[in-house]
Amino acid sequence: MSWRRVLAMIRKEAIQIRRDPSSLVIIILMPLIQLFIFGYAVNLDIEHVPLCIYDRDGTQTSQDLLKHFQATEYFRIVRAADSYNEVVQHIDDGTCTVAIVVPPQFSQTLHSSGQASVQALLDASDNNTASIGMGYAQGILRSYSSEVQAEWIEKQGLATGPPNVSFQARTWFNEDLESMANFVPGVVALVMAIIGAFLTSLTIAREWERGTMEQLISTPVGKLEIQIGKLVPYFIIGMADTALCAGAAVWWFGVPFRGSWTVLFGCSMLFLITVLSLGYFISVLGKSQLAASQLAVVATVMPALLLSGFIFPIDQMPVAAQWITRILPPRYYVSILRNVFLKGTTVRVMEGQLFALAIIAVVLVALSTRAFHKRLE
Amino acid sequence: MTQNQTSVVCESLTKRFGTFTAVDNISFEAHGSEILGFLGPNGAGKSTTIRILCGLLRLTSGQATVAGINVTRNPEGVRQQIGYMSQKFSLYNDLRVAENLRFFGGMYSVSAKDMPKRIAWALQMAGLTGREHAITGSLPVGWKQRLALGCAVLHRPPIVFLDEPTSGVDPVSRRQFWELIHNMVAEGVTVFVTTHYMDEAEYCNRLVLIDRGRIVAMGTPTELKTRHMKGQLLLVECEPLGPALGALQTAPGVLDAAVYGNSLHAVVADAQAAMPRIREGLEARQIRVGRLEQITPSLEDVFVSLTASRGPGEGRAA
Repeated sequence: MSWRRVLAMIRKEAIQIRRDPSSLVIIILMPLIQLFIFGYAVNLDIEHVPLCIYDRDGTQTSQDLLKHFQATEYFRIVRAADSYNEVVQHIDDGTCTVAIVVPPQFSQTLHSSGQASVQALLDASDNNTASIGMGYAQGILRSYSSEVQAEWIEKQGLATGPPNVSFQARTWFNEDLESMANFVPGVVALVMAIIGAFLTSLTIAREWERGTMEQLISTPVGKLEIQIGKLVPYFIIGMADTALCAGAAVWWFGVPFRGSWTVLFGCSMLFLITVLSLGYFISVLGKSQLAASQLAVVATVMPALLLSGFIFPIDQMPVAAQWITRILPPRYYVSILRNVFLKGTTVRVMEGQLFALAIIAVVLVALSTRAFHKRLE
Repeated sequence: MTQNQTSVVCESLTKRFGTFTAVDNISFEAHGSEILGFLGPNGAGKSTTIRILCGLLRLTSGQATVAGINVTRNPEGVRQQIGYMSQKFSLYNDLRVAENLRFFGGMYSVSAKDMPKRIAWALQMAGLTGREHAITGSLPVGWKQRLALGCAVLHRPPIVFLDEPTSGVDPVSRRQFWELIHNMVAEGVTVFVTTHYMDEAEYCNRLVLIDRGRIVAMGTPTELKTRHMKGQLLLVECEPLGPALGALQTAPGVLDAAVYGNSLHAVVADAQAAMPRIREGLEARQIRVGRLEQITPSLEDVFVSLTASRGPGEGRAA
C-alpha cells in the first residue's frame, strides 16, 4: 500500500468532482430535495382535512361541539351545508373529504339521556386520508364528550376526579406529534443510504466509459489504493450531506435532538463507509454509468424504504424478511438515528448495530477488491 | 541498460477470444535501445499483443517476459518497468496538463522531491511547456498524444509500449512524435510501437510484420525490402488503370500486380526481361504506357507481396 498513490488518487478524484458542475448539484441538492420530498410527501400526518358541517340542531350545544372542529388544525371547515343534498354534493365533487352532521334534538338528547350521536360522512376514495380523518374526528368527539362529562359531574356536585377519558384525548394528539418526530430521522437515514451508494456507484463505471481505465490499470496502482482514493472524497461529501440533513431535521422539521452530535457523526461515518463501499461494489460490477446508477437505486431505495423499519416495523415482518434485513445497512442506521435523535442513546447501547455495520463494510470492501480486475477482459 | 540486453521475449504467444484467434503462436524478441515496430492492418493482433505484454489481457497459451519478468505470474512487477500508451486517448480530459502528469507521476510513485523536475522534463520533452494549465480535453490531437507519451514515460521506464501513437495525428505532429521516440531510444529505452502507417515503419530499427494474428516476416526495413520480396519490382505508369491492372495480373511472367497511387506496381522474376514484354502487351490492348522502370520496393510492396501469397485478395495493407 503506497500512500503517495492513494493521495494522488484522492487529489485527482477531488479535482474531477470540482470541475463537474452536475456532480456538485447532485451532491448538495439531491439530499435536500429527497429530504423534503420524503419529509413532507411520505408524511403520515394529515392536516387541514376539508370538512363540511351540517348543523340540524342549531343550538348552543351543537355550535359548541362544532367549534371543537374549528379549533383544531387537523380540519378546515370549508362548507356549512343547509341540507343533506348539499352535504352529499360537497362530498361528491371533492370539496370536502369529511362531513359532520349534527342531528336534530342533539342538545336535548344529550342533556336528557347523557348520550347522543353525531354522524360522520367520509369520502373513502383516498382510503388513507379517510381513515386518518375518521381518527381525528373521533379524537375530537372524545375530547368533547369528556368535557361534557366533567361538566355534568361538576353540576351534580360530585367530586371531580381526573376523568380517564380526557386523559385519553391528550394521548391521541401527542401520539401524532411523536409520529412526525419519529419519521424524520428515518428520512435522514433513507436519504443518506441512497445518496451514499449513488455517489460512488459512478466512479469506476465512468473510468471504463471514458476509456481512462486502460491507462490507469497499466500503472502499478493497487486495487485497494484505487478504492480508498475514490472513496475518501465522497466520504467527505457524504459527511457534509449528513450534517446538512441532520441540521434540516432539527432546525427545519423541528425534530427533538436528545443525543450527542459526536455519537451521531461517529455512527454516520461508519454507515457512510458501508454504503459508499456498496456503491463502489456496484460500480465495479456494472461497467456502464447508467447500469451502475440504476443498480445502486434498486439496491438501496427498495431495501431502505421497505426493509429498514423506516415504514414497516421489522419485528412485524415475516421471519425470512427479518433475516434479510440483517444484511442491509439502512436497517441499523434508521434505528441508530432514531435512538440518537429521540432517545439520546449512547454508543454502548448501540454496540451491536455498529458492529453489524462494520462487518458489512469489511465484507463489501473485500468483495469489491475481489471483483475488480486490472484487466480489460 | 546495456546494449542487447533482452527486454521483451514472446514465446509461442497465443490469444483466443472465444473461437476467434487474435494472436496465433507468435514468437519474437526485442532488445535494449531499439525501436521494434509491429506493422500490420487493423485487426491483425497488434493491440492484443501489446496489451498482453502490459498485463492487461491474459494470454491463452505461450509465455511472455518483459524486463525479465513473467507477465502472467507478476503483472504488477511488469507494470513498474514499463510505460504504456493506449491506442485510444485515455488521459483525463477534465484535468489540466500538469494535473495529468502529476497524477500519473503519483501512480508510478515518483517521489515528491523528483516530481517537479520530472514534470518539467516531460513538459519540455512533449513541447508543452507553457501549456501546463490548459485543460487536456481542449488540446489538439497531436498535443494530446505527446502529453500521453509524457505521462507514460514520466517515471523513466526502461521499456515503452506505444499502441498506434500517431493515429489521427497530422503529418507534422507525427514527425515531431517520432523525434521524441528516437530521443528516448538514444537514452537506452526499448520502444515497442505498433502502426499501420507504412512510412512510419521506416523509422523502426526492426519490424515485425503481422497479419491475421501471425507473423509473416521479421527484420530491419532494409532486410525486409531486399530479402522478402519474391522477385523484382516494376513501376508502370499507364492509362486507363483498370484494364491495365487486369491485363498485368493475367500476363505471363508477372507474379503480382497492384494499384499504387496513380500508377501500377508489378512483381516480376526478371525486370530486364519483363519490361519490353509488358509494354508490348499493354500497348496491344490500346493502353497508353508512360514510365516503365525497375524500382526499389517500399515496405508496402513487401507487405502486399507477403500477405498476397497467403491468399488472393486478402490481407492487403492499407
